Amino acid sequence: MSSTQKMLMKGNEALAEAAIQAGCHHFFGYPITPQTEVAAYMAKKMPKIGGTYMQAESEIAAINMVYGAASAGVRAMTSSSSPGISLKSEGISYLAGSDLPCLIVNVQRGSPGLGGIQPSQADYWQATRAPGHGDLHVLVFAPSSIQEMVDMVFDAFDLADCYRMPAMILADGMLGQMMEPISFPEKQVKTYDKSGWSTSGHQHKRAHHIVNSLYLQPEELEAKILERFQRYEEVKAKHTRCEEYLMEDAEYVVVAYGATSRIVRSSVNSAREKGIKVGLIRPLTLWPYPYAPIEKAAERGAKAFLSVEMSMGQMVDDVRIAVNGRAPVSFFGRTGGVIPTPAEVLSEIEKMAGGDR
Amino acid sequence: MLTNLKRIVVVVGHYGSGKTNFSVNLAVDLKAAGRDVILVDLDIVNPYFRSADFGALLEEKGIGLIAPVYARSNLDVPALDGRLDAVIESDKTLVIDVGGDDAGAAALGRYSAMIREAGGCDVLYVVNAYRYLTRTSEEAAEILGEIERKARLEVTAVVNNSNLADITTADDIVSSAGYAEETARRYGIPVLCTTAWKKLAAGVGEKLPGREIYPVDIYVKKPWEV
Repeated sequence: MSSTQKMLMKGNEALAEAAIQAGCHHFFGYPITPQTEVAAYMAKKMPKIGGTYMQAESEIAAINMVYGAASAGVRAMTSSSSPGISLKSEGISYLAGSDLPCLIVNVQRGSPGLGGIQPSQADYWQATRAPGHGDLHVLVFAPSSIQEMVDMVFDAFDLADCYRMPAMILADGMLGQMMEPISFPEKQVKTYDKSGWSTSGHQHKRAHHIVNSLYLQPEELEAKILERFQRYEEVKAKHTRCEEYLMEDAEYVVVAYGATSRIVRSSVNSAREKGIKVGLIRPLTLWPYPYAPIEKAAERGAKAFLSVEMSMGQMVDDVRIAVNGRAPVSFFGRTGGVIPTPAEVLSEIEKMAGGDR
Repeated sequence: MLTNLKRIVVVVGHYGSGKTNFSVNLAVDLKAAGRDVILVDLDIVNPYFRSADFGALLEEKGIGLIAPVYARSNLDVPALDGRLDAVIESDKTLVIDVGGDDAGAAALGRYSAMIREAGGCDVLYVVNAYRYLTRTSEEAAEILGEIERKARLEVTAVVNNSNLADITTADDIVSSAGYAEETARRYGIPVLCTTAWKKLAAGVGEKLPGREIYPVDIYVKKPWEV
């Protein structure tokens, strides 16, 4: 594709347009910096294509509208930023407990509490460990460019429909606000048969469907959860994604995702120029997490691992699980909306290679 | 081009059209041309990628900066700075970087009468043919109209800032010239200039004879491009 077919889009706009092109015509949101352009874009575009844009009275109302729309079998979406995702967590649990597909976008900002409006990755634990109460997972995608964010929106809707579970795009304020040249994939929207469970009207021709997360008998609930976890195992086996950069001969390994991985990549290049054999493992899915490539690097004898995040160290837990004591695992990060610089990360890589980490 | 600009230059446009990068270049070049320049960040819409980010560069160059009180902080409050009222009536050259679309231009509307009384201004409408939602001159012209209504000032010229960020080629810029001219023609105003990344400027100039090419540096960068 020649560059002239590309266009410049802001991350938030691209998220919204990709969702529409992926067949999502039902968006329920509530404004919050730095994701407001998603809702603003939807507000402008949905009426023109016969879709639904609803600015709910709160984040909680918005996620419950997604619950309703998803129950009816349509592709539905909401987006917010960190504090708003906390408000949505009850609804996310209900969606997961009712086996409903949907897309939730989190353009992370500084936290805890109201925090700040600059980029952050401090919702990793929330996204991968407890997006809501209970035994549940949501698919978590971690794009690092606007183009990848667009592509992942399509994948997220497809996998959510296929496995009947919520999917999340875990972005950050930098990805939401920056602009990059992109193109939209010319794909046919995949459609999944939801007629076996959706509450889309029985017209007195079949028994009514019930979408529900309440089970009166513990054994019945347990069986439901066990069945769901079998599906999770299939997702883990088939849809764990990660990118390896300069890992063939890497003695030192940096693990980073999202916008931070772009900074780390630049630092890894600088470290290579200085003769340090360092590589980057970049998870593209955070649940399921790509433990295997990290395990492989540890088994192959990598000398040390470093997780770089815009947080106080959250994903580093998963790196430790994967490395499992075979090599030192350390962490470097900036938090509260501060973005690490390529020079800072380079200095941490040098420390690691010098045995100071 | 620089010598003909009025004392007050207002930069408006669609979100992400490149107003801030253009404004910073203009402030730097007007200063180099001997003017006493203040860059005004009037963006009360978007807290990211704004003129206030360039405080250190501006200070080094001896260019003043007036920005919303809470710019670059965690407080997402559209609070304007009273200092702007004072400098509009001064003899300083002002480059006013306005927020995107009509929403951003609303802040400018508050100063329109004052600016007119102070002798008027150039209002430059920045366009980018590769920016989603302003890819046709029709779309670009529609947003221009919306901005004028909120700004309560008339756009005096179009700045063709068409680019695809770091993958921009000279041909990308050259092929956007007609789009900018058509946008300007719809309002009976001129195209002031076509911007080009300094390393592309010569190539663009060869293919667009007779047009004003404004070579620019890229100041607005992502954290990994620094």
